[in-house]
Amino acid sequence: MKALNSSHFELFGLSEGFAIDREALDSAFRRVQSAVHPDRFGAGTDTERRIAMQLATQANEAYRTLRDPLLRAAYLCELHGADPQVHSNTAMPGEFLLTQMEWREQLEHLESVESGEAGAPLAVLRGQIDQARAALLAKLADALDRQREFFLASGLVRQLMFVERFNEDLSVFEDRLESS
Amino acid sequence: MALLQISEPGMSPEPHQRRLAIGIDLGTTNSLVATVRHGVPEVLADEEGHLLLPSVVRYREDGRLDVGEEAMRLAAVDPHNTIVSAKRLMGRGLEDARKLRSPYEFVDAPGMVKLRTRAGEKSPVEVSAEILRVLRVRAEQSLGGELVGAVITVPAYFDDAQRQATKDAARLAGLEVLRLLNEPTAAAVAYGLDNGAEGLFVVYDLGGGTFDVSMLRLTKGVFEVIATGGDSALGGDDFDRAIVEWALEETGTVEHQQTAGSSVIDSALGSGVLTSGDLRAMLVEARRAKEALSDHPLTTYSVRLSDATRVTLPLSQQRFEQITRALLDRTLNATRRVLRDAKLGADQVSGVVLVGGATRMPQVRAAVGQMFGKPPLTDLDPDKVVALGASIQANLLAGNRSADDDWLLLDVIPLSLGIETMGGLVERLIARNSTIPVARAQEFTTFKDGQGAMAIHVVQGERELVADCRSLARFELRGIPPMAAGAARIRVTFQVDADGLLSVTARELSSGVGASIQVKPSYGLSDDEIATMLQSSFVSAEQDMKLRALREQQVEADRMIEATRAALAVDGDLLHTAERQDIDTLVNRLIAVRAGDDLAAIRAGVDSLARGTEIFAGRRMDRSVAKALAGRKVDDVAP
Repeated sequence: MKALNSSHFELFGLSEGFAIDREALDSAFRRVQSAVHPDRFGAGTDTERRIAMQLATQANEAYRTLRDPLLRAAYLCELHGADPQVHSNTAMPGEFLLTQMEWREQLEHLESVESGEAGAPLAVLRGQIDQARAALLAKLADALDRQREFFLASGLVRQLMFVERFNEDLSVFEDRLESS
Repeated sequence: MALLQISEPGMSPEPHQRRLAIGIDLGTTNSLVATVRHGVPEVLADEEGHLLLPSVVRYREDGRLDVGEEAMRLAAVDPHNTIVSAKRLMGRGLEDARKLRSPYEFVDAPGMVKLRTRAGEKSPVEVSAEILRVLRVRAEQSLGGELVGAVITVPAYFDDAQRQATKDAARLAGLEVLRLLNEPTAAAVAYGLDNGAEGLFVVYDLGGGTFDVSMLRLTKGVFEVIATGGDSALGGDDFDRAIVEWALEETGTVEHQQTAGSSVIDSALGSGVLTSGDLRAMLVEARRAKEALSDHPLTTYSVRLSDATRVTLPLSQQRFEQITRALLDRTLNATRRVLRDAKLGADQVSGVVLVGGATRMPQVRAAVGQMFGKPPLTDLDPDKVVALGASIQANLLAGNRSADDDWLLLDVIPLSLGIETMGGLVERLIARNSTIPVARAQEFTTFKDGQGAMAIHVVQGERELVADCRSLARFELRGIPPMAAGAARIRVTFQVDADGLLSVTARELSSGVGASIQVKPSYGLSDDEIATMLQSSFVSAEQDMKLRALREQQVEADRMIEATRAALAVDGDLLHTAERQDIDTLVNRLIAVRAGDDLAAIRAGVDSLARGTEIFAGRRMDRSVAKALAGRKVDDVAP
C-alpha cells in the first residue's frame, strides 16, 4: 500500500527538505487525517478500520517529526543513511562541551541566587542559548538543503539536541521564577 | 432489521437508514443521555421530563434497586447501601478510596475496591452499570429502536484502569461502546460546532469528582487537542467536604489532632461522634449551602444529626472562598501547566469554555477570568454540553454520514507511558499530550541463554521512579525462540488507539516469530469476574448466550456486506475485472451463509471477505489520501 510505505514528506505531499512551509504542513496534516482517521470508518469494515488506525498513527508521527526542527533534521539524516544515533552517540567537539558546561554552571548559580537578582544574568544566558540555537539551525539548513552533507548534519543534530535539552531546563527555571 | 430506522422521505439527504446511537455523560454527580435527532443534538428526558439522572444507586431491603432521585432521597438514612459518586472509585484501590472519606464500607479486593452493601459486595463497575442501564432503556424507549452503540465520556485525566472500568460497566449494561471520549473534548465539539469557532480554546471542566483542563485548536472543522491536564481526584465534592470539615471544627465537635494525612472527618467517624448517616447528611447540606452561595452572599448551614443535635452556622461567600482556596489553586496550577505544555500564553487563547456544575461558583469564574484576561464563555449549559458533544460524535461513529460532517477530533493521551527498567526507574516511551492513535517500538533482548519469555511492566505518569507512577499492566511475552543471551532482538510495539487504550505486540526480529502476549492489568476486573457479572446481570438473563453470539455475528456480516457494497459503488474502478469478480463471489457467499444460523460458517465468511478486500481497502485509502492532498473532499463524486 503506497501510503503506508511512504516517507513523512511523501505522505503529506511535501517536497523533502529542512526548509518547510509550516502552513502547508499543518494544512496537509489536517487533510490527511480527515481522510484516514479511524473515526471516519464507523460504518466500515474491520480491515478498513485497521488500515485507518495504521495510517492515522503514521500521520501523527509524520506531523510530530516534521513540525519540530530537531526531529525533522534527524529524520532527514536518517533518510540519507546518516542516522545521528542521538541515544548512543555522544561524540562532541571539545569547544561545544565546554560551552555546555559553562551554561550548566551559570544555571546552577542562578538557582541559588535571590530571585530579585536573577533577572539580568538570566536574560544574558537566555540570549546566549537563543543565539546558539539559531546558529545551529542556520548551519543545519545549509548542510541539509544546500550542501547536502548528511554526515556533517548528523553531528549538528547531536549538538542541537544538547542545546534543546538545556533550553528546556532553562525554561523550567524561568517558569518557576515567574510564578514565585 | 431492528438496527435500521427508516426516516421520512425528505427528512435527510442521505440514504434512508439511520443508525441509532447515543452519547452518555456518566458524571460523578449527574448523568445524561443525548442523541442527534433530525440533525440536532438533544438531551433525552425521562418520563417526568427530567434531563439529569443523579448518579446514585441504592440497594433496597426488598432486593431491588433505585437509581437517581429515588435513591438520593434515602442517602442519609441508608448510607452504606446508597452509593453516591461511584465514579470516584472506578479503577481505584483501597488506599485511594479511603482518601475520599466517604461513609461506605470498603472491601479490599484485588484489582479494584469493592463496596459492602446489603446486596453483597459490589464493584464500582456494577454500580455504574446500573446507571448506564437506566439511560440505555430511556434512550431505547425514546428512540423506539435498538441502539448501535454509545459514546461514553470520561475525564481526560482518567488513566487506563479508570477507562477500562468504564468500558466494563458499559458492557455490563448491554451497551456497545463506540468510543470513550474525553469530557473536555466533547464539550469543545458541542461548543465549537454550535458557534463555528476557530482559534485556541481552553476547556475548564470542574465536575463533581474530577477536574480536567484542555487546550484545543479549532481549524476548519478539525478539533486538535494540544495539551490536557487536570486532577482525577478533585471536584465539587471536595468543596462540600471542606464545608463539613469547617463545620466540625467550628462547633468543636471533634478535638482535631493535626497529624499529616488525617482529617477531622476521620476523627469524628473514628471516635463515634459522627455516624455514617450523619456524615452523608452533612455532605448533602454542604452541597446545598455551596450552591446557595453561588447566588447569595450568605447562607445558613443547618443539619440535624442522628442524636437529635442540630449544627447551625452562618456561612458567607467570603469564608467559603477562604476554606476552599487551596482547592481552587490546584485547578489553576493544573491550568498553568497545560499552558506550559502547549508552549502558549494565556493571552493567545481566544476563549475559555466552562463545563461542569461546579463552575457555577463565583470564585471559579473570577479566577479563570483573571488568568485569561477575559470573562469565560458560559452560553452553553455547563451541565449538558458534554452529553451533547458525545451524541454528536456517536452520530458520526455510528456511520451516519451527512454532507456537513466534515469535522474531526484529534485527541491526546493525558499521561506519559513508560516501562520499568533496572532499579525501579521509568523509561519514558510515549510522552503525554501525544496525539492518538500513536505507536512506538522498542527493542529488548534476553539476558539468559535460551530465555523464552520476558515481562514488561508499563506504567503511567510523569515521575522518574516506578513507585511514584501508576502501574498500568504487566505484559508477558512468550514464545521467544531459544537463543544465546543478548542475541534475541525483540521488537515490542506499543500502540495506543483512538480510545486511549494500550495494546502491545511483539516480534523477534531475526526469526520473525511473533511472541504471544498475556496482559495482566494492574487494576480492574478480570475477564472471569466480568463473565460472572454478566451471567448474573439482567441483560444476559434475557437472552441465551449462544443466541446472542449468533446475533452479533449476523450483525457483523450485515455491516461488512453493506460496507463492501458501498465501497465498490464508489471505488470499484480501482479493481481489475478478475479482482472484482473475486470480491463479488465472497460477498455472495457471505450473504448465503448469513441467511442461516451456522455461527462458524458466518464467522468464516466474514474473515474471508475481510482478507479478500484487504488490497482493495489499501488502494481506497491511497486514493483518499491523494484526493485529500489535492484539496478535494473525499465525498465529491469523481467521474
